[in-house]
Amino acid sequence: MTAYGRRAWIVLWKDLLTERRSKESLNALFFFSLLLLFLFQFALGPDRERLQAALPGLLWLGFVLAGLLGLGRVFIAERDNDCWEGLLLTPGDKSAIYLGKLLANFVLMTVVEVVLVGLFGVFYNVDLWGVLGPLAVVLFLGTVGLSAVGTLFAAMTAQVRARELLFPVLLLPVQVPVLLATVSATQIVLGGQPLAEAASWLKLLAGADVVYLVIGLLTFEFILDA
Amino acid sequence: MRTRALGWLAGLALLAGLAVAFGYAPREAAQGNVQRIMYLHVPSILTAYLAFGLVLLGSIGYLATRGKAWDRLAASAAELGVLFTGVTIVTGSIWGKPTWGTWWTWDARLTSTAVLFLVYTGYLLLRGMVDEPERRGRYAAVVGIVGAANIPIVHFSVKWWRALHQPSTILGPEPSPIAAPIATALLVNWVAFTLLFVYFLARRIEIARLDDGAVDA
Amino acid sequence: MITAAGLRKSFARTPVIDGVSLEVPAGTCLVLLGPNGAGKTTLLRILATLVRPSSGSLTVAGVDALRSPEAVREAIAMVAHGSYVYEDLSALENLRFWATMGGHDASEGRLLAALSQVELEAVAHERARTFSSGMKRRIGLARVALGRARLLLLDEPFTGLDRQGRKWLSEFLLAFKGGGGAVVLATHSFEGALGVADRIAILAGGRLVLDQPAADLSRDDLRRLYDDLTEGSPR
Repeated sequence: MTAYGRRAWIVLWKDLLTERRSKESLNALFFFSLLLLFLFQFALGPDRERLQAALPGLLWLGFVLAGLLGLGRVFIAERDNDCWEGLLLTPGDKSAIYLGKLLANFVLMTVVEVVLVGLFGVFYNVDLWGVLGPLAVVLFLGTVGLSAVGTLFAAMTAQVRARELLFPVLLLPVQVPVLLATVSATQIVLGGQPLAEAASWLKLLAGADVVYLVIGLLTFEFILDA
Repeated sequence: MRTRALGWLAGLALLAGLAVAFGYAPREAAQGNVQRIMYLHVPSILTAYLAFGLVLLGSIGYLATRGKAWDRLAASAAELGVLFTGVTIVTGSIWGKPTWGTWWTWDARLTSTAVLFLVYTGYLLLRGMVDEPERRGRYAAVVGIVGAANIPIVHFSVKWWRALHQPSTILGPEPSPIAAPIATALLVNWVAFTLLFVYFLARRIEIARLDDGAVDA
Repeated sequence: MITAAGLRKSFARTPVIDGVSLEVPAGTCLVLLGPNGAGKTTLLRILATLVRPSSGSLTVAGVDALRSPEAVREAIAMVAHGSYVYEDLSALENLRFWATMGGHDASEGRLLAALSQVELEAVAHERARTFSSGMKRRIGLARVALGRARLLLLDEPFTGLDRQGRKWLSEFLLAFKGGGGAVVLATHSFEGALGVADRIAILAGGRLVLDQPAADLSRDDLRRLYDDLTEGSPR
């Protein structure tokens, strides 16, 4: 493994280990997801048809809300004991740190999403087994896009006052294309249509993911810098 | 001095634009006089795009050189971009009421413009919340770059989204083949708006420069 | 190792570093004395490329630090106010993280050896959350000892160390100098620092008010000079 890969890997290792030990983020996010399910039910009423029609939107709204709460968590530990400063002083390409943080966020988001999807299936009586493969593709592409921008902006807002406010205000408008594409594709997939029907959306998502990743890798050093 | 001359020039061009929009351009057959709001609407959005292009330029320039002038360019252009996007949305809304019978519709173009407005409003909010000028410049530049790169992605996603949910119900506001006088009126107003924008930009950058000077002398 | 000329830094119009020039050759240690608020930490952070000076020039390890800070970071190690310790990792895991980030050999034997140097091998596998601030500081010193830095920048490194720890640190610094490395050590207390100093500088109000070879100064001279020079300095 190259030095770059080792750095990205150790950041991922460190963040996941920290999360596994404190369990702060995941526990809260699971509970939050459960609450969302209840709230959606209360907001839309018991009409099953209506709920199922709104399901793809609700699902992604849930992911985005969980992301708003969760994506910034990997930067919390960096604030104790001035660890930020230590990262800044590490030699070499800083984008390795971004890559590690991004992967950590991707793993965390995926775990939350899997649980949320399972709960949706149970609570709203949706048969997910038949569409698991195509749904996983949509989830993967959408989560990469959400984490790529989310990690970049969370790194920035972690060091700003009123970060709870600023993070969503910055992230949500930028995520509009990802939301439109994933909701539309999820709708197609849950409707039982083949994945090819959603091809144009998936291509858009993949394109957006690449753009966000490249920008994240190129600009992260400027967020970290002194 | 040159800035002031530019201001007068922009004022004259705007007057000329008004004259052409009301005097020279013909009454549009299908929509009537309402269509004339297009001479405000279209130049506004074109100016906004110019502004956001300059935000991108200023952002890249700042990260590459750390020259404060680049940051001032990006910040000033962003404010004006939000202003002109706001004008676009308001005029579009006023135009939409008699044409579509509603102030707001999730038309592809209106929606993308609204998203643009939100992205750059976020940019301005961020600038307001970071006190240290150097750090503010870096953070804002990153958001400026993400925002600009996102414009085409927003454009396509919103367009397809509209096509998916409501295939071909609402026609675009512009009549498809633009008649020559209408095109001329548009061109005159576009030039006038661009001049006005450059004038505002020059003034805003000057104010930002004085602000910077007052802070770290 | 360091050549600095005319360094200045202002925060919102107030000058914090006001025209500092200094020279630290390889194999020597500069001790930077001064009361709290004299600008020691800011100066150290400028030398570490953590703060960009408003004006002046700075060369570290033969590299223009203002133009290519990345290259400077290869050559320096810092022990700052913060210990750079992650609370949820063990002492050993902390060292593994920072050694890997620095591109150094992170084999367990090497990490444990570094921990035993700062007498933390007994708690190598315990979480840092339970450690005292002195122990965290020692992890920071072990981190530095693992690297290949040619310039050490230390901010109040003796705080939180007991007698044994101070002795170890002094010996480590002497050995580091002996290997051709340079040290800048900022402190407001004389204890421990004088034994390793080759040159002593006093910073007051953002200016160097004294910069002399340590051999020329007895402890009493220094005490008197320090009191005279820092008396009535701003803040």
